[in-house]
Parts: sequence; structure tokens; C-alpha cells
Amino acid sequence: MDKTVKRKAFYKQSGFRLFLMILPLLALVFVFSYMPLYGWIYALFDYKPGRPLFDCEFVGLYNFTRMFSDIYYFEDLVRVMKNTLGMSLIGMATSPLPMLFAVFLAEIKCMPFRKTAQTLTTIPNFISWVLVYSIAYAMFSVNDGFVNRLLMELGITDEGINFLASADHIWFKMWLWSTWKGLGWSAIVYIAAIAGIDQEQYEAAEVDGASRFQKMWYVTIPGLLPTFFVLLILSVGNMINNGMDQYFVFQNPMNKEHIEVLDLYVYNQGMVGINYSYSTAVSILKSLVSITLFLVSNLFSRFVREESVF
Amino acid sequence: MKRKKTAGDIAFDIFNYTFFAVFTLLCFLPFYYLFINTISDNDKVTRGLVLWYPIGIHFQNYLEVLKLRGLGNAVLVTLGRTVIGTALTIIGTSFLGYALTKQELWHRKLWYRFIVVTMYFNAGIIPWFINMKNLHLTNNFLAYIIPGIVSAYSLILFKTYVESIPTSLEESAELDGAGYLVRYAKIVMPLCKPILATLIVFSAVGHWNSFMDTVFLMTDSKLYTLQYILYQYLNEANSLADTLKNMSELGIHVDASRLLTPTAVKMTVSMVVVIPVLCVYPFFQKYFVGGIMIGAVKG
Repeated sequence: MDKTVKRKAFYKQSGFRLFLMILPLLALVFVFSYMPLYGWIYALFDYKPGRPLFDCEFVGLYNFTRMFSDIYYFEDLVRVMKNTLGMSLIGMATSPLPMLFAVFLAEIKCMPFRKTAQTLTTIPNFISWVLVYSIAYAMFSVNDGFVNRLLMELGITDEGINFLASADHIWFKMWLWSTWKGLGWSAIVYIAAIAGIDQEQYEAAEVDGASRFQKMWYVTIPGLLPTFFVLLILSVGNMINNGMDQYFVFQNPMNKEHIEVLDLYVYNQGMVGINYSYSTAVSILKSLVSITLFLVSNLFSRFVREESVF
Repeated sequence: MKRKKTAGDIAFDIFNYTFFAVFTLLCFLPFYYLFINTISDNDKVTRGLVLWYPIGIHFQNYLEVLKLRGLGNAVLVTLGRTVIGTALTIIGTSFLGYALTKQELWHRKLWYRFIVVTMYFNAGIIPWFINMKNLHLTNNFLAYIIPGIVSAYSLILFKTYVESIPTSLEESAELDGAGYLVRYAKIVMPLCKPILATLIVFSAVGHWNSFMDTVFLMTDSKLYTLQYILYQYLNEANSLADTLKNMSELGIHVDASRLLTPTAVKMTVSMVVVIPVLCVYPFFQKYFVGGIMIGAVKG
């Protein structure tokens, strides 16, 4: 660095000019990601929409305490947490599936078949949950769904089975839909990782007389485990954020009790029930727990693998 | 030197090919089923005769469906947000990502963290909604395109990619006196085509599929997107039937096989929503493995 550059006032330097160029973009980030935090103040009031906030009654931490003291809210919270964690745990328990999918797909030696399978299985990831619901409707609705017609045509049942409106096995059904939508896509990261495994390892294994399964078990899978653990740790961090699109479109009066996850509960309380303050309190707690989970899982990752995700 | 296939190998192959054939079919069959139903005689569809192949092929449904109240408008809104939104996201996010690769950027690390942290916290739906309301972004088309201009996830992918290309090209342009904007537009962007292709698809598909923002922010039916209208049709079978009844009273429909039914509307609108994705997707697919690989390194 020559000294003339160093002596220039900072606002004349090129780095500062560049900062001015990106300032509008940084401002956008502030406006849409940081400014909403101001809204947390609503949790301290008994806010009624349509009135100025400071005309509303200040209730302190009442919205937080009543989550636990009011039996009606507490029971709701327990039920919602059960749904949230239950479905997250099913997802985590089955998280090796994309890895296995990629390993098995790599064993297909017929390239056109492999390419077709890979392309077609990733397509569902690119359609919206509304469309998944529309497909669910077309395939499973009571009288004119594909599956019911097929079952009736084959003489297995006489009348349509109501797959969508019933609450039976709803967690499992939700898992099936998200697996249908996401399995092929989630496998792509492992397919990329398999492409990155050193071919020499396979050759060495072959020289040692390893069978095909031994190569999969002792070469491919260990090569994928680091990726697997990073993703697993991320999913622990995201345990209570299962999103709401899927549950929002699939919810109906029959299954609502078992499908309402935390995100959907916050929405239903706030936007549908116009219970702004209470809903904000729940989402504040959710954010805090979620950040803690994330930091803990990140620390754990740093401790185990000497590599942090963040 | 090839080892001979053992019985276990053959059994595994049979299982493996069967599994992938079945799963691939499961992923594809619903789209095929929807499609054959939209181009078949509507009365045959209603009677449940169309299971495996179309009967009495016609394309009237696609023309009729566009006459439904609000649907043409929804197509425009969705196309508009997809095209404008994607263009803005790509320009905004890539320029920001490019700037963040520059060591001399004033407080570079701080700004990078400032952006990345937003992936991990969320104020919650109500505070977000109130913020949007205060910004007058409810019932406003801008709400579809402005908040997405900076996408933290895409930014990380782009920045990592730019860091992987050699700096020598840019340095020689810098010596020629080219400023940041010129170097970004003339040198960096052309070198980033693979990652840009990936990000364009992510962003465009995201815009095309997005519907929760309509649920939250829009009450004006002029701003409804296709996805939202489809959601309404799926849930409000009665009002849909009414709309169709009004339509058939206004127009003259004699041929029952061409008459729109609620099922036909739901399926046809679904196809309208999904066909663009199916058409565009295969052309970009080859970029994904590479693009994801970059993302897997960090992020």
C-alpha cells in the first residue's frame, strides 16, 4: 500500500465509494429484516387493530405469562408443540433417505435411465404447496380422485375413502407429501458430493477385492457423512421452524388439531383470530428458542467436527 | 478387469431399478393424470371414465378458463412479479455479492454479517405484517417485488462463486481505469453465467410459486396471483360453481362435453400453473448440481 492512499480521508477512498453504491441495498435489508423487530413492542400491549398502539392498555409481560398460566392457552401450546416436534422428529429420523437415494441412484449404470429418474424426481420440488394440494385433491378426493376410482374399479372398495379430510395418520401423510416433493431435490447435494469423491479410493477398494456393497458402505457413505451431519445439525437448529405453507394448505376442520404447527398457530392466532399481541409474544419466544437451538447445534458442530456451519 | 456379477448384485439391481422406476412414476403420474383430464370430454371426466388416457381430446378448457373472472388478470400479475421481481433480485443480489468480495469495501465484514444473520432470525408474522402495513405495502404490487431484492441465500452462493474466479481479468480492467460498475457488468457478470442461471431459476420459481404473501397482504382481487386463485378454487367449491353457473347463463353452451365443470376448472388452472415450470425446468437442470455444490461448501 502506498502512503498517499492511506492518507486520503476515508470518504474519498474507493472502498467507501463502493459502500455508497450498495447503501440502498443495505437499506432494503434493514427495512425488511430489521425494522419488523420494532413490532415486538406489540407483545407488551393489549393491542386492538385500528387504534394507535399507545392508546392501548400496557400489560407488561402478561401475554407471555398467560401462555403458561391460562389453562386454555397452555393446552393449546402443548398440543401445537407436540405437532411441531412430532413432525420435525419424523423428518429427522428419515433424514438419511436423500443420502441413500443418491447412493442407490449412482449404482444405476444405464445413463438415460439415471438422467430421467433424476430429472423427473426433482420436478415436484419446483411446484408450490398449493399445487401439491391440488394434486392431492385430484389423486385422493372422495368420489372423483384417481386412487378411489382405481380402488373402486378394481373392486377393492365400494365407496370412496376420504383420505384428505380425516385426521388419521396425519403426521405420516404430511411426511409422505414432503418426501414426495423434496426427496429427489434433497438428494442433489449428495449426488454432487458423490461426484467429488476421489475415484482412486474406488480403484484401491477394487484392488483389495471389495464387493459393490462394500464399496458403497466403506467408500461412498463415509464420503457423504460430513455433508449429512452438517444438514442434520441445521435441521436440529430448525426444529421448530417447519414453515407453514404445507400445513396451511392441507389444514381443514377435521385435521386442524393435529396439523397445527407453531408457525401456523401464530398465524391462526394473529391474522385469523386478530389476537395480535398474544401471537407476537408466541413468535418472540419462538425466535429466542430457535436462535438458541441454532447456536447450540452450531457449537456442537464446531466441537465435533471442528467446523462451524455459520 | 470386471468382476462377475453375483446373485446379490443382480437382486440388488432388480430392486434398485424397480424402486427408481416406481418413484419416478409416482413423481410424474399426477401431472399426467391432471393433463389427460383437462383435455378430455368434461362429461366423461365427471363420470370418472378418464384414468389412463384422454377420451375425446379438446383444448376448449384452456380457452374457457381464461374467461373466468380475474384469471386473466392473475396471469398478468404473476408474470409481472416473476419477470420484474427476478430481474431486480438478480441485479440487486449479484451486485451486493460482488461488492462484498472486495477487500477494500468499507466495513466489509460487518455488512456481510448484517445480511447473513437475517437468514437465522425472524421477527414473526405479525410484526412483519405491521411493518409492511406501515410501509404502505399492503394491496400494493410493489410488495411482491421489493422485499425480495436482496436474498441472503442467493447472495452467499453468488459471492462464493465470484471468489472462485481469478481476479487477474478484473485487475487489468482496473488498470485501464474501469470503475466498479463497468467491471461488474462487463467482466464479472459474463463469467458468472452458470451461477446466474441457477439463481434465476430459484428466484423465478420462488416468485411463480409464492402465495403466502398474497394471503397476508392483498385483499384487492386485482392483485391476486394465479397460485392464490387456484387456492381459492380448491377451497371454495360452491362459489366456483356459482361463477360457472353465471358464465353458462351469459354465454350459450350446448355441448355438455365442453362445458366447464368445477373439477375441470381446478385441474386446468393447475396445469396453467405448472406447465411453465415443466417447460423451463429441464433446460436449467444441468446447472443445479454445480450450483448446489458451491452452496454445500459454505452456507
